[in-house]
Amino acid sequence: MLLRVALVFALFMLPSLASAQPVIGLITKTSTNPFFVKMREGAEAAAKSNGARLISGSGKNDGDNVGQVTALENMIAAGAKVILITPNDSKAIVPSISKARAKGILVIALDSPTDPVDASDALFATDNYRAGTLIGRYARAALGTKPARIATIDLFPGHPVGAQRHNGFLKGFGLPAPEAAVNTLGTAAEVVCMADSYGDQTRGQTAMENCLQKNPDINVVYTINEPSAAGAYKALKAKGKEKSVVLVSVDGGCQGVRDVGSGAIAATAQQYPVKMAELGVAAGMAFIKTGKKPSGYTDTGVNLIAAKSVSGVETKDVSTGLQLCFGRK
Amino acid sequence: MLGTLGPLLALIAACLFFASRSERFLTADNLSIVLQQVMVVGVIAIGQTLVILTAGVDLSCGMVMALGGIVMTKLAVDYQLPAALAIAAGIGATTLFGAINGLLVTRLRLPPFIVTLGTLNIAFAVTQLYSNAQTITDVPAGLTTLGNAFQLGGSSVVYGALVMLALYVVAAFALSQTAAGRHVYAVGNNPEGARLSGIATQRVLLGVYMLAGVCYGLAALLSVARTGVGDPNAGQAENLEAITAVVVGGTSLFGGRGFVLSSLVGALIVGVFRNGLTLMGVSSVYQMLVTGVLVILAVATDQFSRRVAQRGES
Repeated sequence: MLLRVALVFALFMLPSLASAQPVIGLITKTSTNPFFVKMREGAEAAAKSNGARLISGSGKNDGDNVGQVTALENMIAAGAKVILITPNDSKAIVPSISKARAKGILVIALDSPTDPVDASDALFATDNYRAGTLIGRYARAALGTKPARIATIDLFPGHPVGAQRHNGFLKGFGLPAPEAAVNTLGTAAEVVCMADSYGDQTRGQTAMENCLQKNPDINVVYTINEPSAAGAYKALKAKGKEKSVVLVSVDGGCQGVRDVGSGAIAATAQQYPVKMAELGVAAGMAFIKTGKKPSGYTDTGVNLIAAKSVSGVETKDVSTGLQLCFGRK
Repeated sequence: MLGTLGPLLALIAACLFFASRSERFLTADNLSIVLQQVMVVGVIAIGQTLVILTAGVDLSCGMVMALGGIVMTKLAVDYQLPAALAIAAGIGATTLFGAINGLLVTRLRLPPFIVTLGTLNIAFAVTQLYSNAQTITDVPAGLTTLGNAFQLGGSSVVYGALVMLALYVVAAFALSQTAAGRHVYAVGNNPEGARLSGIATQRVLLGVYMLAGVCYGLAALLSVARTGVGDPNAGQAENLEAITAVVVGGTSLFGGRGFVLSSLVGALIVGVFRNGLTLMGVSSVYQMLVTGVLVILAVATDQFSRRVAQRGES
């Protein structure tokens, strides 16, 4: 009997304890990628300074939608008023987000959009098409007047971020390219090889090795992110081609910026996960206090980090990049 | 017979197809690239073959390999341990995981599928926690020697690929020519019969899982040598690719039947498709499609030949 009373008491206590502090949920793509580790740290710090509690969850791996749905449901159960999410699958997550919004929860997409974009209340993200355009422009200027033979080391088929960076790169390079909303990879005669890396270093190396077999005269390499760029560099170096190739990438992680410093990567477009998290938490706190919802798309900015500046393209140097980078400093 | 010749014929057919589509495919240089791309999966597949021959399966293989790679690189980079000691510690860690798998299978008599599903998650978590989810860079040269290449007839061959081939020769010899090797087949074929004929089946099983752990440790060394870093997210592709290689090679999931060299053929089939399709400019999704079809074909062939054999006996 005593136990039952205690239990009932405890059950009544739980929600009141939880409601003492507003809860903000953060769901990242994975819990291990340094980009999302940094985003979570930024969100935790921002929540703490705002007097809120941050609970976090993630998919098991990049592309895992079900894991994110589970995390979302758990956060609703935990009483989250605001949920920040980086969707693994831009379309598949939409029904779950709709259910959460129908319950009056504010849902903000960070880093990558939902499809359609207005399925979430707001989007705080890097403009990935612009990031691609910047490195495309840099690569064109760095190559000079030589005819281009390009390899693209891509993400995996069907991912909007993969398509936006790839197509933005082509546009920046001055080649015919699909617009930002298109979700398929553009091709051009100058692109002599396209291969998927899944954003992974080992598979990026494998992809580059195979591309060099297809065309040994490749002189420009676009990579989806810096781990795949590190893999591509290893493959180029094994063939003694690392000096004759312009290798560009996207992310701006600390290791990637160091690779720019050492000359492995010519230029990388740096993005800012902490800024996404801080803007998300601030908008969430405003909603909790005033009920005002953010809307639309907010560009969290992107800078081109390069060791050598080229004419006509604005770049920041490696030491600036290192101050702003995510991952192990 | 179909089960062993089939994969080899499939490999030859794939090579002929890609050679007809790209003049670059059948060059010594390209084939050497394929070999170095499959060396990590190939060495994991040796350990996986041993386990599958005993009618088990090791789902933890790739994750245990990732842990081995992190242990050896972290000890060498953060703690400045000499390369040989760091490598030994890494292989020790993977062997320990093999021993845990083996003890749970033999002492607690748990099904290998469940045991290794558990250790798959445990090894992944330990790897992430120990490495703080950070890639370990600036790995000393002592750990990456096997990633270096030497010249052979005008094309470069990576030492690690030779290590893989040597390990296959040793494993094939041990399995077919030694008493211990034949005991592995006996335990997989008919554990009760093997026990009654005086084979210490529990010790054979434990030994198999520990040897598999040693293979994953060696694969970890090759992976570190190939990429030049300790990658906490390594092994995720290799995990299923190694099982795929063994199954496509024709080793029976029911145990007791198969050849370790067929697993090399299985690994090469996967590697040849990945390489060949890129040379043709075709999306990587088709590689998955082909792999899936080959897995089902291989298992169907195995089932079919088992039924024929059983009908012959009765």
